[in-house]
Amino acid sequence: MSKGKYLIFLGCAIPYRVSAFEVSARKVLAKLGVELVEMPEFNCCGLPLDPVSHEAMLILAAKNLALAEQKGLDIITLCPGCAGTLKKVNRMLKEDDALRHKINQHLKEAGLEFKGIIEAKHLMQVLIEDIGLERVKDAVVKPLMTLSVAEHNGCHILRPKEFIGFDDPEDPKTLKTLIEATGARCLDYLEETECCGAPSVGINDKIALQLARNKLNHVKAVKAEAMITICPFCHIMYDTNELRIEKMFNETYGIPILHYPQLLGLAMGFQPEELGFSELRVDASKILDKTKGGK
Amino acid sequence: MTQTECKVIRASDINPRFKYEIKLHGAEKLMRCFQCGTCTSDCPIARYSESYRPRQIIRMAQLGLEDRILDSDTLWLCASCFTCTDRCPQGVEVASVIRVLRNLAAEKGHIPQVFKEQFSSILESGYAYKIPELRVKRRETLGLPPLPKGNPESIRKTLRGLKPEKLFEKSGGD
Repeated sequence: MSKGKYLIFLGCAIPYRVSAFEVSARKVLAKLGVELVEMPEFNCCGLPLDPVSHEAMLILAAKNLALAEQKGLDIITLCPGCAGTLKKVNRMLKEDDALRHKINQHLKEAGLEFKGIIEAKHLMQVLIEDIGLERVKDAVVKPLMTLSVAEHNGCHILRPKEFIGFDDPEDPKTLKTLIEATGARCLDYLEETECCGAPSVGINDKIALQLARNKLNHVKAVKAEAMITICPFCHIMYDTNELRIEKMFNETYGIPILHYPQLLGLAMGFQPEELGFSELRVDASKILDKTKGGK
Repeated sequence: MTQTECKVIRASDINPRFKYEIKLHGAEKLMRCFQCGTCTSDCPIARYSESYRPRQIIRMAQLGLEDRILDSDTLWLCASCFTCTDRCPQGVEVASVIRVLRNLAAEKGHIPQVFKEQFSSILESGYAYKIPELRVKRRETLGLPPLPKGNPESIRKTLRGLKPEKLFEKSGGD
């Protein structure tokens, strides 16, 4: 498949409430010469159905892959949950003839067939594998040298390793490398690969918030000026809940949560207004002031 | 199902076929578990939960305590972070076993509200959440292209005949 043109799979969380991620990702990708084509129709990737019906998850994921095959394009997603699901099902169906046949019986009802001829990738994987670190670095015109940040990969971009397999889930390097490409410093901190807690929202909110609080405490301890995420759910978990966690557990953070393409976009010379900074809940003006003049 | 809660297990509580039945659904490596506890000690949920212990759920599944597992809310606390799956020295794929057990609980009608809502939203609109009209309009202001339209009819067609039937029928409807 062409490395410059992708079908963009938005997922559900981004249109629901994480527009800044989409705005900034589209800006950054366009600048890097990537062309995005919209999905012809939308079906959830299937992940939310997995706990209730594994088969329904397989069918929905396969349906999306089959639609992309019709367009003859690889899929790019911004949500690691969608990326993980589509990658996993793509591989399962390519390798297991009996399963592919079974799922194709369902797809036939909608006039579709899974053939296994495309790939699905997350934004971060496209940046590092298809575009390449050098081209990302070349696009940086305003290095963010004065900024020290912390990364949060989240789980589904890394695990289960068997199906994701482009970075080491125990010591992930890709996001750090991409952050450092912007000129910013990426700080190490305790329990970097721990879950944000988002999947427990609605099941047990207290556990979810305790997990987020734990991470924010560790990020605060190393004096990170911002936390950088690449997942809409992790972003919601921290950005939307930071003030709530501060009140609930009597903590103070004031740590802005940025989507990675917002950080990269700043380094590429985009204005904060072009990167959806106004959509963030936690005030990011401190770091914006700092990066304003910075050469 | 908490660790402190000691209930007598009667032979009549045990389904001796359970460990074989769930293997058919995808929990193939269940019997490899030798109870080392790596899953529980590395589980982010177990750190903050009084009741969620993946090792215990695996042991109960091996033993065949079908009803006790499937009727319990604890099963739904797993965050599906896959840390247990990646670190299990025996390759049990713990998170997948939990998923198999959840699917069986769902067939019995035990589904948390949050999953039900996402399920019916997908069947109605293609999206797991009802996207507010304000958000759709805001896309224009932000210079984003219109959202791809869902195709619920086509989704329902492809999911026809799946279990739990009630769930698909109720929120589906042709």
